[in-house]
Amino acid sequence: MQGLGRLSQEKIVFGLAVLLCIGFAVMLPGFLTTSNLLNLVRSVSILGILGVAMGLVVIGRGIDLSLVALMAISVAWTLQLVASGMSLPQAVALGLAFSLVAGMINGILIAYVEIPAIFATLAMGIAIYGFGRYFLFTLDVIYMPESAQALQWIGQGSLLGIPVPIFAFAAVCLVATLFLRWTTYGRYLRAVGDNLPAARITGIPARPIITLQYMISSLIGFAAGLVTAGSIASMNTRVANSTMVYDVILVVVLGGIGLSGGRGNIRNVVVGTLLIGVLLNGMTIMNIQYTLQNVIKGVILLTAIVIDTVLNPRDEQTAQQGDI
Amino acid sequence: MSVSDTLMRWRYRAVPDHLLGEILTKRWIDNAIPILILMTVVTVFGSAIPDFFGASSLANLLRQWGEFSLLVLALMIVMVAGGIDLSVGSTFALGNIVALTLLSVAEWSMPATIAATIACGAAVGLVNGVLVGYLRLRAFLTTLVTLIIVRAIVDILLLKYSVAIAGGFIESDAWYYLGEGFLLGMPFSVFMTVVIAAILHLLLSRTRIGWHVLATGGSRRSAHNVGIPVRRVVCMTYVISGALCALSGLLFASRLGGAGADTGIGLEITALTAAVLGGNSLGGGRGSAIKALIGSITVMIMVNSMVRLGVTSGANSLLLGLVLLAAVAIDVRWLKNRHKLLSNVYVSPTFAPLPPAPTTEADSPYALNDKLRPVDLIGLGAIDGPEDVILDEDDHIYAGNRTGDIVRFLAPDYKEQELYAHIGGRPLGMAFAPDGALLVCVGGMGLYRVTKQRVVEKLTDETNRSLFTIIDDSRLRLADDLDVAPDGRIFFSEATVRYDMHEWPVDSLEARGNGRIICYDPKTNSTQTILKNLVFPNGICMTHDGQSFLFAETWACRVSRYYFDGPRKGRVEPVIPNLPGYPDNINRASDGTFWLALVGMRTPSVDLSMRMPGFRKRMARRIAPDEWLYPNINTGCVVRFDETGQILDVMWDLGGENHPMITSMREHKGHLYIGGISNNRIGRLKLEGADTGWTGPESYWGRT
Repeated sequence: MQGLGRLSQEKIVFGLAVLLCIGFAVMLPGFLTTSNLLNLVRSVSILGILGVAMGLVVIGRGIDLSLVALMAISVAWTLQLVASGMSLPQAVALGLAFSLVAGMINGILIAYVEIPAIFATLAMGIAIYGFGRYFLFTLDVIYMPESAQALQWIGQGSLLGIPVPIFAFAAVCLVATLFLRWTTYGRYLRAVGDNLPAARITGIPARPIITLQYMISSLIGFAAGLVTAGSIASMNTRVANSTMVYDVILVVVLGGIGLSGGRGNIRNVVVGTLLIGVLLNGMTIMNIQYTLQNVIKGVILLTAIVIDTVLNPRDEQTAQQGDI
Repeated sequence: MSVSDTLMRWRYRAVPDHLLGEILTKRWIDNAIPILILMTVVTVFGSAIPDFFGASSLANLLRQWGEFSLLVLALMIVMVAGGIDLSVGSTFALGNIVALTLLSVAEWSMPATIAATIACGAAVGLVNGVLVGYLRLRAFLTTLVTLIIVRAIVDILLLKYSVAIAGGFIESDAWYYLGEGFLLGMPFSVFMTVVIAAILHLLLSRTRIGWHVLATGGSRRSAHNVGIPVRRVVCMTYVISGALCALSGLLFASRLGGAGADTGIGLEITALTAAVLGGNSLGGGRGSAIKALIGSITVMIMVNSMVRLGVTSGANSLLLGLVLLAAVAIDVRWLKNRHKLLSNVYVSPTFAPLPPAPTTEADSPYALNDKLRPVDLIGLGAIDGPEDVILDEDDHIYAGNRTGDIVRFLAPDYKEQELYAHIGGRPLGMAFAPDGALLVCVGGMGLYRVTKQRVVEKLTDETNRSLFTIIDDSRLRLADDLDVAPDGRIFFSEATVRYDMHEWPVDSLEARGNGRIICYDPKTNSTQTILKNLVFPNGICMTHDGQSFLFAETWACRVSRYYFDGPRKGRVEPVIPNLPGYPDNINRASDGTFWLALVGMRTPSVDLSMRMPGFRKRMARRIAPDEWLYPNINTGCVVRFDETGQILDVMWDLGGENHPMITSMREHKGHLYIGGISNNRIGRLKLEGADTGWTGPESYWGRT
């Protein structure tokens, strides 16, 4: 236990990822090639970007289950607007605005109405999906129109031989790290996540900060959506109902960002993404059935949460009431 | 009386303001909002959809509701214990496919299938329970993951067996009875759900294990600290939840007989919406089977109506999301603000005008003097709040104190005190029974007896419940003073049924008849309320005829006489209708008259406020309690009067230097002993010309 305590979860997961990598490299032919590795990172970069958004929220002691739904609906609407003749920048601006407003509603519900984040964002996710399906478009899948080809470069282009989504992931990570470490609001966010009452007493505007964190997450989510749309030239709104958002939580928790808030860094998200990337890639190469992959992912997520609980035990005396 | 006064009087007689606050103290009021929502939903959709409540439509709806509400009940059980179970939808699907596979592919018998299916669900619940209960994982994420895993398992089973299930035929009438049969006029699933809901209700509200569940949800830490096996209780709730979900899936299977890929998808959200909409709190401690049923009916009607109105799936999930948001928001705000609302409306003053206060000028019967100045002080600084004092035939002084004891000061010099008995509540009025036992009214506890062997015994702590009151007034909250009739019956006053001991000054703001006088008969060991709606009844003292007693109503500033026996039985007659102060205890004097303590004097401002209930209500709402305008309870006096109400003597301590704050006085062998509820001494005054042999017990029970 003592040894595990000193070995942080981040290190364990990183070690695990490296071990898996070595294992796959030895056992699976074609795993350790440049193209496969680039492909591996590329395939998880969207998950990673979403992980950064979720990571920021979790550090602020929240959770955003509406992330994927919001991403799908806002980007699909953007594509729809472009298809109906709007210029690309204008459509992107409108989509972004929609995204930010939804994020703000999330934040207000959580910070001011004091609904637990889990329920507020869960309900918002369903409501956003329903809103999009009812008011904005009738089809499940919105294809990218000709006039939005510029977006394709984000998803499919490459720079210096490296796919652009990887750059996008790196850029988001960099900005988020800088935000968290060097800006006042970044530090406020961590303080609010670490101890909300104490942060409030010291004069930190806790409620605006909480609202801000959901707006940031919706902003990053929108960016991830653009990358998604670019890489597959469409946006499938059904992804809102899939288990993707749980994969995102998996990345965050696996990387070692404690769900009780205030702990962790963007680095943890990168590590978590890496492990999931290796795992998914390996399982795909091994041709494991999709449903079985879900079982395996689920078991790993459970293990991650168990380890999180063992390393950061919750005490009967200090646990907060209603903290589920 | 002026017209406006008359109007005001009728306004406060006709509108019972205090009922609102009393309703809010009730637990069942939590159901008000869910029921309101249910009625709205029924009205709106009932009128929007023709033939909504037709027989065929209703039967179909009911069957679905039976299955659905089992899920909501499952979720409720877990939520009440402070957790959440998102895997209900997947477990439901698992129950469905397992039942169908076992019956039509493995060809098991009906009972074996039912048992195995429920065991399957319970196993999923056990996994959740061990993880959340024993390993202390976060319920939300854990059950989310089991949702995904179980769903994946269901998908794998589907791939293997769905063709075989579709091709197989189940030859069992019992099986179809589950899905299509009727029992007592209800579809079978509905009958089963109602039975299970009733069992769960009884479990939660009437059994030890149910209380453990509620306690765990209400405050996990406290539950742990009082020794409830919190982890086992939490684990058990998940097991029950899993079993119920599987049962629900089984019923679904028997009704439709097919397994689809979308069975149970998103059902956890619908069930969660229903549970929260019914008023089951997230975070636990508040919930019931009835709340779950109310919520499930509401959501069922909503979802079904949306389908029938033919709107797209988008609108359905938009509505569901918004309803869930609204339900959680109402839940959170209600829990947070209920006590604020309650404290805003609970204090409900009424119109209680007093006649102009008698003067205390030099030529009045209440003329000021300094007769209390020469009192000797007993136990100065050594006793905390002797509300009442009493002396036995050996001249020892007994007095209650604030820490719940009865202490005894030993004769003859009263320098020494000893702990006579520890009671625990706040000892107030005292009297001796014929056998020499000390009878005590204990605030917050009721009527007690301390025998000569110092054994503390409860005589009574409840009386008959009034039929048409909202608050339960059967329990005694503030027994105040007592006296014993010649036949041994004990008459005692309960000052107020609306407030606890420490809130007694708040009752003065209301000045409503919240108090009562109760009779305890030791012969039959029965307790009966005999006089109701008295304004803070306080002191009680037997008159010498043995057929009546005098009682003081503090905020009404009057002393009345009640006949409990004899030709005038049941009558209340005024004795002193208008006092210049607030009367407290009454006791006998040696010459056949009575002593009365005035705890404080009336002031024009408070008297005026008694005519202005709106003012007092605003005051209670808007400013802090320590800024309120209270009656004065610091400066008072001792009054001697006779049965006709004539004031014979008044004793003051001007400036309150030697003995401020008087709540009682007791004459004994030519001396008067004085107590005060917030005083730190007992006063002793030599009475000129009094019978030096007279004692209280002797006056009541004769020389022994």
